[in-house]
Amino acid sequence: MLTCKEVTHLLSEGQDRKLTVAERVRLEMHFLVCEGCGNFRKQMDFLRAACRRYVGERSRDDDRND
Amino acid sequence: MNDCFAPEALEALRRDMLRFASLQLRDDAAAEDAVQEALAAALDGKRKFEGRAALKTWVFAILRNKIVDAIRQRSRSVNVSSLSAEEEAMDETFDSLFKPNAHWNPGKGPKAWGDPEAALGQEQFWAVFEACLKYLPANTARVFMMREFLEFDTDEVCAELKISSSNCHVILHRARNGLRRCLEQNWFAAGASSC
Repeated sequence: MLTCKEVTHLLSEGQDRKLTVAERVRLEMHFLVCEGCGNFRKQMDFLRAACRRYVGERSRDDDRND
Repeated sequence: MNDCFAPEALEALRRDMLRFASLQLRDDAAAEDAVQEALAAALDGKRKFEGRAALKTWVFAILRNKIVDAIRQRSRSVNVSSLSAEEEAMDETFDSLFKPNAHWNPGKGPKAWGDPEAALGQEQFWAVFEACLKYLPANTARVFMMREFLEFDTDEVCAELKISSSNCHVILHRARNGLRRCLEQNWFAAGASSC
């Protein structure tokens, strides 16, 4: 069983490389019993979305005003 | 069509570019240089723009390249792998979230953020987001922004900054967790917790 700390590292790496099937299975098993890590996963995905949007907003926010 | 080159429009554009460049370079003079060069290159291009939005997208694309150049020049003199006191403090804070068995301490686990996408439409959220980015230590922020804003692969980030890939992962993890905590404390305050 992965520890929560290990899960946070794997989830961060999951933003940078494709996780192996074995890693993903171990993560899913962990999420079944750990709400905190499930939240952490959603937060990592949200951070990525926010960064994409931030860069996009900087270059496109005039669309709203025109 | 000419009004996208009007002085007020250019000034507003220049301000946005400067914010973006300063956030990443953490050096006002270098940010100013990158912005001037990007604006000059864009306006020299004699391209036709379908209004201000197209000009802005084009100029920001050039600005990204200028920021990358500036980072490359400086990566020779900056040692990204040395840990500052701020970074050590971030690691200690992170470790304090866990019990000795490396599971979340009761009450310290990541909270549910409800519907975070709703925040993306709110101007106030972006002010907090920028403040949290500024709050990251310089080297941590540099690696994170190369990855997330300039969209380098992790391998490219490591190569540019001459750090090992495991160190790259450690730094990105530190940055993401720092941002996550900062946003949780300053924006997504409420919610249920933990393991």
